[in-house]
Amino acid sequence: MTSRLLDKLNMLDRRWIFLAMAMAVLAPILLQIGSDETPSPPTIKLFDEIERLPEGSRILMAMDFDPTSAAELYPMALAFTRHCGVRRHKLFFVTIWPTGKPMIESTIKGVIQADFGSGDRPYVYGVDYVNLGYLAGDAVAISQMSSDIRKARPQDARGTNLDQLPIMTGVTSVKDMALIVNASAGFPGGKEWVQYAATPQNIPIAVGCTGVQSTQLFPYYPDQLLGLVTGIRGAIEYETMLAAKYPNPYADRSKRPAFLRGGAQRWAHRLMIGLIVLGNGIHLANRYRRTLHP
Amino acid sequence: MSKTVPVLIASLVGCLMIVAYFSPPLLPARQIAEDWFTIVATIAMLLGGANLCLHHVKKISDQEAGWGFSAVTLLSFFITIAVGILKVGVVPESEQQVKFAWSGPFQQEGSGFWWIYQYLFSPIVSTMFALLAFYVASAAFRAFRAKNVEAILLLVTALIVLVGQTRDREITSMFLPPPAEGVPTFIPIAFVTNFIRETFVTAGQRAIMIGIALGVVATSLRILLGLDRSYLGGDE
Amino acid sequence: MEFHSDTPGKKEAIAMREKAIATSKNKPRHFAFSPRCFYGELMHSAVKIVTLLVLLMAHPSLSYAEESADSSRPISWFDTGKISFALLTFGVCATVIICTELARRGKPFYVRPIAGLLAMEEAVGRATEMGKPILFVPGIEDIKEIDTVAGLMVLSSVAKMAAEYDTPLEVPTSRALVMTAAREAVQAAALAAGRPDYYNEDRIYYVTDEQFGYVASVCGWMYREKPAACFFLGKFFAESLFLAEAGNAVGAIQIAGTAETTQLPFFVAACDYTLLGEELFAASAYLSGEPAQLGMLKGQDFGKLAAIILVLAGCVLATWDSISPRGKNTEGQNMPRRSQWITDTVLKGG
Repeated sequence: MTSRLLDKLNMLDRRWIFLAMAMAVLAPILLQIGSDETPSPPTIKLFDEIERLPEGSRILMAMDFDPTSAAELYPMALAFTRHCGVRRHKLFFVTIWPTGKPMIESTIKGVIQADFGSGDRPYVYGVDYVNLGYLAGDAVAISQMSSDIRKARPQDARGTNLDQLPIMTGVTSVKDMALIVNASAGFPGGKEWVQYAATPQNIPIAVGCTGVQSTQLFPYYPDQLLGLVTGIRGAIEYETMLAAKYPNPYADRSKRPAFLRGGAQRWAHRLMIGLIVLGNGIHLANRYRRTLHP
Repeated sequence: MSKTVPVLIASLVGCLMIVAYFSPPLLPARQIAEDWFTIVATIAMLLGGANLCLHHVKKISDQEAGWGFSAVTLLSFFITIAVGILKVGVVPESEQQVKFAWSGPFQQEGSGFWWIYQYLFSPIVSTMFALLAFYVASAAFRAFRAKNVEAILLLVTALIVLVGQTRDREITSMFLPPPAEGVPTFIPIAFVTNFIRETFVTAGQRAIMIGIALGVVATSLRILLGLDRSYLGGDE
Repeated sequence: MEFHSDTPGKKEAIAMREKAIATSKNKPRHFAFSPRCFYGELMHSAVKIVTLLVLLMAHPSLSYAEESADSSRPISWFDTGKISFALLTFGVCATVIICTELARRGKPFYVRPIAGLLAMEEAVGRATEMGKPILFVPGIEDIKEIDTVAGLMVLSSVAKMAAEYDTPLEVPTSRALVMTAAREAVQAAALAAGRPDYYNEDRIYYVTDEQFGYVASVCGWMYREKPAACFFLGKFFAESLFLAEAGNAVGAIQIAGTAETTQLPFFVAACDYTLLGEELFAASAYLSGEPAQLGMLKGQDFGKLAAIILVLAGCVLATWDSISPRGKNTEGQNMPRRSQWITDTVLKGG
């Protein structure tokens, strides 16, 4: 009986694993099971820096991701933008990913226009925020921006000359920014912003990256990176801090997309651990069987 | 001659990029070189498009295995290009662009291209990326087996980091005495995870990065000095 | 994908392969003297480059130089803040060039064997024996990435082996420029192998710039054609695991290599051999067997030795900082740490 079970497990079709993973991810999403996180120091540092900067500070929001990685990075992009909006900073959106432009538009629509587009002091395009759009040339584009923004991009995403926008007054290069906040899905991204803009020009930079990228970016923290927010876990941490500091309206679940994704991630992790344990169980049982029947 | 000129261009531009890093007056020349790469890469896109069409037309005409996919590829390619170039559904946006109906940007919200991006491209690539979860699970099940000492070390590290990455790590502090007022709870596995990441992983990453940097220097020198021309098809 | 085991010339190809493997096994690990005058070639290249640089610098389109000439302040031709970085760059480059020259003059250097590179011939041979194609993916980035160039250099060697055994080699690329370069490399390799008819440009084609579109196409091809050997050498991102798992599912022998540290764990988990970081850059030099190129690998090793010494010196300095009392300046404030002074001044330019 045991021997037959072992044979079956040895021949386990990987589609069963795929099915188990689908269930582990799907169930928490359908049942709205979320997960909270205790903030870690690299995330706290970015939050504190945005809090510390005086109102109206210029922040470059580099959204270097696409729909592929939006599941992991879009929640943190929303959280960063919300925090900057609450603190009334001037935002300069840009992307060096050709497919990143809709991500900027989606962030502007979901946060700037929805949360800060009305009221006593609404955010006005060209005065409080600008969408510089897509810059072609990967690391070269970053290098050009750090020497002259107008040379890299003479117009904004709407085709308006940068000199006609009040927000661009006194801005010549990335050097004029108080902080760079980068949501990075890979290459070009956080590493290139550190190497070609932040470190040579001595500008503080914080990066929000995918979980996979974190090992690559950790060597830059804390010397060359002010803060590092990693994956969904980092986004949950940021949302937790935002909810604690500004409970109205950011404690609301509808404003916490990362929290809801955290549940699926947690269950997927549990399944992975289970699979590793199962795999080793099979391996050890096979070895035991071989010692019994050499 | 057909190889000497490309090698000379590669050497010249490569040296220029290095020298310009240290010499500010050469920065404009470096920018010219960078602009030229963008121009050449853009022209190469036309070459890529033409090759894509030829390759798939040939597959369809030869009825090779999977030729149906080639037909779908070509159809999608031409529809997307037509919708983008003709700016289907685009309306003028700002005061400077009112003269023609197609004055607005081609990716404008509500346009045909935007629709393709939002409702076709975006879900398809997100789905592809999500497949990674299945592959990771399958690879973990197969690869993390305690076959020898190195594999055991890898396995234990993976398990610690996996648990340490989720809130389940707090289970490991359940058996510890409650902390004093105002002192954060000590979570053993979180501490070990951070230690692994900040010490072993960072040290290993830095060592690999140093090795890579030196490898890049040596490879670049081989190219700049024209010692290795295999990427251009070797010597004449 | 027609490739039958009774293809004419197959037996000869297998015999050649066995001979080649036997020869490679007997090869000494150090390499031999080459009498060609490298120095003259180097000087010639250097003179050409310097002349062109001077001409370029004199060109009036250099607006910075013009503006600076108008103003009263003198032009600074060297950014003195970067002097330490310049010295380091010069030192590393000089070491690499000196080692190359020594190798040219016949100084024997030991180069450690790299399992992944030794297995390349085995992988090509396996594909030949099974009558199945070989897949080569040179990463998903453009040719301006050094990883892609390193991948193409290895492609040249793999294509030569494949041409010798007349085994089909499929090279789907994610960038049009890479496709052009890959075609050049494979054509030249076929010529070098004495099989110009082997080259078939239809097998080296552009798929798409889009990462997951490319993955879908390549994985689809792998499931349909079931290649016996897969080479993934270049710059990879999230697609690494897709490709490696697809190769694993079809039972191919897989050799991967990338300098993208985030993707190395995936390749290690799913592939048979993985070239870690610098090994990818060493691959083409190692496979070429040319003394000059192997000398460069030795130069890299000296660079690593220098890095180890600097790391140790940094550790000693940081430890000394932490155990010795810090002095006060004239204003009574704590003096900065020694290690901090080095980071802020000496290493600032890097």
